[in-house]
Amino acid sequence: MIGSPDVVAFTKDDDFGDSYTDPCLLPAEFSVPLFPHAANANPWTKTSYAKFSKDFILISEFSEQVGPQPLLTIPDDPRVCGTFDLNYFSLRIMSVDYQASFVGHPPGCSYPKLNFVEDSKVVLGDSKEGAFAYVHHLTLYDLEARGFVRPFCMAYISADERKIMQQFQQLSSGFSKASESLKSGNRKAFANELEKKLQDLEYTRTVLHKETELQKMNNGCYSTQVIEKANELANVEKSIYEHKDLLRQIMSYPNKKMDTDYVQYEPEKPVETNMVDHTFSSTHSISRDKCVETDNASQQLSYTPQLIKAKSAKCFDKRLKTLEELCDSNFFHQTMDHLNLIEKTFRGDLCFIYTSQIDWALLSKQKISSFLFEEERHGEEEENSRNLYDTDHNPHIALPSLSNLSGEPMSLESYATCVEIGHHKLELESMEGPPESSTSDITQETSEEAVDTETKGSFSSDRSIEALGNISPANPNGFVRRSTNEVCTVTLSEQQGEILPGAAPDKMSPSLGYKLDVYTADMFETENLVQIDTACCIGQDGFIYEEPLPVPVQQCCEDTVVKQEPLSLLQGDPALQVDYIFGESGLPLGPSMGLMLPEESTSVHSEEMARMNIEDVSDCTSYMSTSTSSDRAGSPFTYGSLITVKQKKKAGNSALRFIRQYPFAQQAIFCVLSGQTLVVLGAEEGTVRKLVNALSIFVPNLGKYGETVQPWLTTSFQLTDLQRWKLIGLQRVASPAGSSMLHSLSRYSRYIGILDCDNKTLRCHPYRGTVLGHMADHRTQIKRGSTYYLHVQSMLTQLAAKAFLYTFCHHVHLPINTDDQGSVELRRTNFLLQLGYTEEESKIIQFLSELIKQNFFQWPLKGLSQSVFSFSYTTSVLYKI
Amino acid sequence: MLRWIMGGRGSQGTIEKSAALCIGEEQPKNCFTELQVLKGHFDIVRFLVQIDDFRFASAGDDGMVLVWNVETGERLVELRGHTQQITAMTTYTFIKGERPHTALITASSDRTLSLWDPDSGNRLQTVSDLHSSVKCLLVLDHLDVWLSGGNELCVWNRDFQLKCKTVHHRDAGTLTAVWLCMLVVCKESNVSWVVDLVIFKLNLSEAEMSILAIHHLADHQDTIRSLININNELFASGSHIGELILWDTVNWTIQAYEHILWEEPAGDGQSEVRIGQQKQSEMSIQHMYSDGELITAAVGSGLYVYNAVMKSIVAYRKVAHDSDILHTELLDNGRVMSCSEDGSIRIWELQDLPLAAEPASTGFFGMFGTFGRSGKQAGAPTKKLLEVPGLRSLELIGDLIGHSGAVQMFVSFGVKGLVTCSADHLLIVWKDGKRESQLRSLALFQKLEQSGGL
Repeated sequence: MIGSPDVVAFTKDDDFGDSYTDPCLLPAEFSVPLFPHAANANPWTKTSYAKFSKDFILISEFSEQVGPQPLLTIPDDPRVCGTFDLNYFSLRIMSVDYQASFVGHPPGCSYPKLNFVEDSKVVLGDSKEGAFAYVHHLTLYDLEARGFVRPFCMAYISADERKIMQQFQQLSSGFSKASESLKSGNRKAFANELEKKLQDLEYTRTVLHKETELQKMNNGCYSTQVIEKANELANVEKSIYEHKDLLRQIMSYPNKKMDTDYVQYEPEKPVETNMVDHTFSSTHSISRDKCVETDNASQQLSYTPQLIKAKSAKCFDKRLKTLEELCDSNFFHQTMDHLNLIEKTFRGDLCFIYTSQIDWALLSKQKISSFLFEEERHGEEEENSRNLYDTDHNPHIALPSLSNLSGEPMSLESYATCVEIGHHKLELESMEGPPESSTSDITQETSEEAVDTETKGSFSSDRSIEALGNISPANPNGFVRRSTNEVCTVTLSEQQGEILPGAAPDKMSPSLGYKLDVYTADMFETENLVQIDTACCIGQDGFIYEEPLPVPVQQCCEDTVVKQEPLSLLQGDPALQVDYIFGESGLPLGPSMGLMLPEESTSVHSEEMARMNIEDVSDCTSYMSTSTSSDRAGSPFTYGSLITVKQKKKAGNSALRFIRQYPFAQQAIFCVLSGQTLVVLGAEEGTVRKLVNALSIFVPNLGKYGETVQPWLTTSFQLTDLQRWKLIGLQRVASPAGSSMLHSLSRYSRYIGILDCDNKTLRCHPYRGTVLGHMADHRTQIKRGSTYYLHVQSMLTQLAAKAFLYTFCHHVHLPINTDDQGSVELRRTNFLLQLGYTEEESKIIQFLSELIKQNFFQWPLKGLSQSVFSFSYTTSVLYKI
Repeated sequence: MLRWIMGGRGSQGTIEKSAALCIGEEQPKNCFTELQVLKGHFDIVRFLVQIDDFRFASAGDDGMVLVWNVETGERLVELRGHTQQITAMTTYTFIKGERPHTALITASSDRTLSLWDPDSGNRLQTVSDLHSSVKCLLVLDHLDVWLSGGNELCVWNRDFQLKCKTVHHRDAGTLTAVWLCMLVVCKESNVSWVVDLVIFKLNLSEAEMSILAIHHLADHQDTIRSLININNELFASGSHIGELILWDTVNWTIQAYEHILWEEPAGDGQSEVRIGQQKQSEMSIQHMYSDGELITAAVGSGLYVYNAVMKSIVAYRKVAHDSDILHTELLDNGRVMSCSEDGSIRIWELQDLPLAAEPASTGFFGMFGTFGRSGKQAGAPTKKLLEVPGLRSLELIGDLIGHSGAVQMFVSFGVKGLVTCSADHLLIVWKDGKRESQLRSLALFQKLEQSGGL
């Protein structure tokens, strides 16, 4: 809600009010660029001529056999791409001469040389196709490929050019991570391949050697066969030498590439010993034994060297390895997960992305009170996406040349170690002060280029960065780069030193260790997050290259309905237009299927979108119905599963219906907000669940999985249940079995409010005040559940903010002298009165305040089942319809 | 009140009828607005012992002793070792290395006695070869010995060495030991009801400690259920049939004799009929408590407050709870607290009756308000009681509902709260919500100061 479009869009402070700056406005770094002044543009209509329905990620390869070809898309759904010609687009993006990578024998060097080419990042546009792409080129090594390299590229394809341009840094860092992961896996696989090849060669050499000796014995030293064999042997020797050299190169990669990146090959060290061994003993059996003995990696244990034919030349009919084979399977799937995450993160409208990014930044600062009403985003997915943003917001990472920093040191066999080092590194990352100037430099640079929209050419950030670095050696960039280098080399040497002596511990189960460590790494990032995020949006602002709109005068449009048809938006004042769109009023209804709430349009496929839209419309039209039992679905909340914003928005529908149907809805909400457990009693499960679901959006500290809500309970409850659950759906049983339940109801009646949905009565403490009237006005004009949800969220946030203020005001709580208890009490009451709260509303604030305190202390201690349970001795009142 | 929940009209009476008193939800004088449920026991929790001003131990039928922090609700130590239910528990304070050290002595049905260190959780001493399980424990601090009462009375020193014991007394009958300084042990046995009190003398003058029965007080007509020390001059005993006798500590003569009968005037409406059918056990004096002057006695489901100095009754309430009261105490602020098998704890205030002759309100079972006076009419037990001048009334000012089983006992920590234990395996700490909230605020700012802001 903090970052919801209606709040943020108006806060952009620009030339409109240069004489007067409203102190209430958000700081500039949290503002969102306004929708550009484009005629007739509805910000959420998609750019019409694109042939694909939504953004997607394309991975293509420049195959040495067939040329550029698309390999896969994310999401892997043919409907996404629609009629978009992937082959053509692959050709386009692969045809960019992006790397001066040459392979084979460079002049002055007799052996094939590996090039550790940096990835290049390019923005490409194809206005005819309506497609714009962030293209990330990388090369992977393949022993069988020409020059040992195979060029690939990953592209983020969108119809919105501005999105690509303005999210360039985020995209870049996200894809760099993915690329690093792919390349690490590839280096591992390549080294493995080399090693096998070397074993083959050694074996071949031994065999040839024997044969030569044999022939020498039989035919004499100078027979043609012997000479042939000797030549063959010499070839093999040379090949061995070359391959060893390749292996050495790939192993020396981290040292060679001075740019922060490094990969270890510890488990390959048996190869080294092999190499040494071979110099002393050419006996095949021994070396092979040695091989088996030293190879700890289990998959290599079974490898039997094969004789290599002398003419195993490169043929064009051979099958090239797939991407998954090229990169280690684990790495490949990890990369795919990461790419999926990127796709998910950048789904939807640019404004929505901004909003959610700002939302993130703000929420992460508000940990102390955000747990009250904000949905927790601690799911693994969310965690990752946070990480993504996290690194995005880190100015270092935003530097393309430094983006390789995100590549963790990859050990071949145990991912765990690398992730450990990963978070080790993360700490270091955060220690380096954020050189904000560098960010702005870059953004300036890029935006300058971006202004050149007509050319729609590509620009390589690599180059621009390098140029930047050259121009100003005193630039913080250089410093940062150097410092990270140091860091990296240190970790590298540590790593090697650790692993070389004993490779055995690496045999640990990779998957398990990996998961755990990723988790801890995440934890570390969480801690870092706070320091990092301040700079988050600076870069984005820099990307604004079109004239921003003047700030529309904010209108008080609370609870008003816009009845206009969508067409009316298309003409008239653009400011007004934005106002309408962002305003509380929600979106105009009717046939405008294309005009949807951004969050919905982003989270589902187009089919789903249409369906959801219809659903919403039907919700709006059916709100008059008083029958609660005719429900489409019970509760979207399934107990024990993660609660998402989407579910909460659906719950908003139910809540809207609830406040319209029940005149005492305010009292029920008061009950929930003041911490009194509300029991929803009813005979019919669907009805009860529906009501519980509706009220759940008001439950403070709902919990990640909705732990504080029990949607359907068929047995009697205990006091501890009241402590745990703040909202209970209870089955009314007519049989004697229900008597114990009724007994518990009456016994604990002072601690609970009871909403009887069969008789439509409510018994709870009375509420007097106006705050909840705004929140639950049964004549409300809000028509959509999701709009109402946002409305409620903003009201709840106000409450949470007041509770925060109340909690952390020194003078309210601290006694002036020791025997001062009475005056503290008085000051507390007065403080809340000054905030404009009635006695009942003060109870809400006090309850929220207690929750904040408990959360602050992380109260649940050993042997303590729950936090404290507060109540008050107030007479309950029975409300009827 | 809950008629609308019940749906039907007919059933609604049962709940209210079973309620002896109903104070309603408006309880301005009840400061316990916060509770904390402490889980840990697996069976009935029967004993609570205060260790110091913030710790207490709980024990029960699961044989476990748990030490808790009343301020945080934290479980500090688990004392495991007994295999059967705990039958008695007491604290034992001794001087160790210049400073007093509090330990716990527990007795269990597995015929063991143990000494525990509540700081470390270690079992310091244990005795396991007892002939019978110990039913009560008594520490004589000034002599640094303690007594255990089972079928026989044993005297132990600090090192768990048996100093002496009684010979078998009337085939394992009840032992009621009263030593000269009026430290009292009361005990019942299921073998035979013993009606008299036995005074024992602990002889320290000889080289060997010895214990001797020196006097029998046979004035009670039924089993003695409770025995307390009032002050240096008096001690009191209560019997199963409602006899309350005050004894002189020096010459063991009866100073006062009250026989609480809860008699009913006939034909006084349905409530009286029900109460009139009281069994004898409902007059049993289950528990007594004294602050040196006033005695509160739990008589069946009624409460009785007696002034031991004036030898006169102060106040009484015949039906204070729905079922038997198990424990009662006088609080510092002059209030009386009682807990009962009905699962509730009630707080009473002694108030002057406005006019002795004022007729009782008819709304005995009315929902909110004036119950105090109704008790006067309904509960006027004997003429003798009515004649007492200056009779005050026990007004219900609050009740604590939370337990779903009989509340066995409670321990008050003053402003820090009240701990109750119950047959539902739970302990509940009741606290003053406002005070706790302020404490949390203080702690919050302290933490803020330490961490240097948010």
